[in-house]
Amino acid sequence: MEVRSLTMVETALGLGMIDGWLLAEGGTHLLGEALVASALPFEWTYIRSIIAVSLYVSLTAVLLSTLISLPIAMLIGFSEFPGKGGIVAAINTGMGFPSVVVGLIVLFAVSNQGPLGQFDLIFTKQAMIISQVILAAPVITGVSLAAVTSVEQGVRDAAYAAGGTKLDVALITIKEARYGILTGVLAGLGRAISEVGSVLIVGGNIARADGTSVTRTLTTAIQLEARQGRFRTALALGAVLLALVLLINGLVLRLGGGRT
Amino acid sequence: MIQRREFLGVLAGGATLAVAGCAGDDSTGPAAVTDETLTLTTTTSTYDTGLLDEVNAAFTDEFGAAVEAVAQGTGAALETARNGDSDVVMVHARSLEDEFLREGYGVNRRDLMFNDFVVVGPPSDPAGINGMDSVTEAFRRIAETESPFISRGDNSGTHTKELTIWEEAGIEPGGEWYSETGTGMGEALNQANLSGAYTLSDRGTFISRSDANLDIHVQGPIKGGPELLANPYGIIAVNPAVHENVNYDLAMAYIGFLTSPQGQRIIENYTVDGNQLFFPRALSEEPDFQQYVPEGWRSDR
Repeated sequence: MEVRSLTMVETALGLGMIDGWLLAEGGTHLLGEALVASALPFEWTYIRSIIAVSLYVSLTAVLLSTLISLPIAMLIGFSEFPGKGGIVAAINTGMGFPSVVVGLIVLFAVSNQGPLGQFDLIFTKQAMIISQVILAAPVITGVSLAAVTSVEQGVRDAAYAAGGTKLDVALITIKEARYGILTGVLAGLGRAISEVGSVLIVGGNIARADGTSVTRTLTTAIQLEARQGRFRTALALGAVLLALVLLINGLVLRLGGGRT
Repeated sequence: MIQRREFLGVLAGGATLAVAGCAGDDSTGPAAVTDETLTLTTTTSTYDTGLLDEVNAAFTDEFGAAVEAVAQGTGAALETARNGDSDVVMVHARSLEDEFLREGYGVNRRDLMFNDFVVVGPPSDPAGINGMDSVTEAFRRIAETESPFISRGDNSGTHTKELTIWEEAGIEPGGEWYSETGTGMGEALNQANLSGAYTLSDRGTFISRSDANLDIHVQGPIKGGPELLANPYGIIAVNPAVHENVNYDLAMAYIGFLTSPQGQRIIENYTVDGNQLFFPRALSEEPDFQQYVPEGWRSDR
């Protein structure tokens, strides 16, 4: 594995493989990937499966977090009740929850001895998703809540005045706040895909001997490379991670549209 | 860790994962032997040297079952096994292994292989320990000269050995020159390299890190050094009577494979840059019965 990851990533970067991979998924084969694939098929499988695990775990976690967070943000944003300030403070505190602590808590939960032990989740992607949901949900909730509450009261009043039901007002508010909500989702994704503390503990950084990743993500692979003194490979993987996040950000913002 | 999955697969089908709230690719449903997965917790030294990839690939070729190796360090690897979260452990701290056996968590321990520890440090050798025959004397000199020393500090096999050496040297290490990093061997070597410090390393990890600007100052028994620096690895199955979910059959197949002539040959033939890192120890015309039981155990008790 020493040789394979080093040459692989460095060659990959040299050939602009990152774009190659993403486009290749859509059916287009770029020169870069073709070269890498023919020269170093084994290493290519290794890095691709790591990227795939990273994306699968973090995107699933962010999707689930969003499904949980948005209704909560709406509910809190649209209602007034005693103790609301405390709940908002709790959510904001959750944004800074250390990932390694979340990892430990999830580890205790999914361990064979823990309450979820019977589901045999330890060292699986599912356990990693659970911990990333816990990490990402407060971020998405907090930022979305701020976005929703910052929609001017005048807009809501106008919607009411125009004869809108409560649902109409909610939809108008979401529409007005969509940019902020998207920012929240992206911040949640950033938190999920870049954290190493919890996925290392609950996932175990496992790759099969043939080079397919089981629970190895880009971040845990970086940690492994650094531990083995291969700093250049570690940095190269860091660049891959950064490029992925940049790409996803670009895609989401384009699809979501800018401010209107 | 498969039997339970099968059981749930039959009873609940996909409900297991649905309850957990996320889809996955883990196979439910009764699995053939070849679909089974063995979870191994082990030390960073066996993984980072690349040895595990070699033996696990051979095991998968032979048995069709995949091995998921989690590199944690001896203390953490045994703790994970205590919780029933792994099927087999491959570690290198006999005192911790014996504790694990005595508590009933492990069965059928086998000697697997050995290499040795070496004391490494900056080529300038500020404590003047180069070429010493006694590692306790070398540690005393490091402490007397207050030369920087990096300790793993992570309850790993290497850390356990280091503490044993300090104890035998009659020194309680502490002070500004002594730093505990709480990290893996590779990270400790990184730090020793960057800060010009001494550290204790297993020979395998040190050899596989040819980039480090560190020299071996005190050799282990492989190169004629003191026996105190011996580094034997053991492999232990998790007791299926304590944790019914562990895949005991596969764990024993794995132990059997690694301690077989074939497995031992793979270990013997594994080299990095032409250096042999691990020396097989499972096969002998006169087997050491001590390997099966905690040290000092006698049947007439």
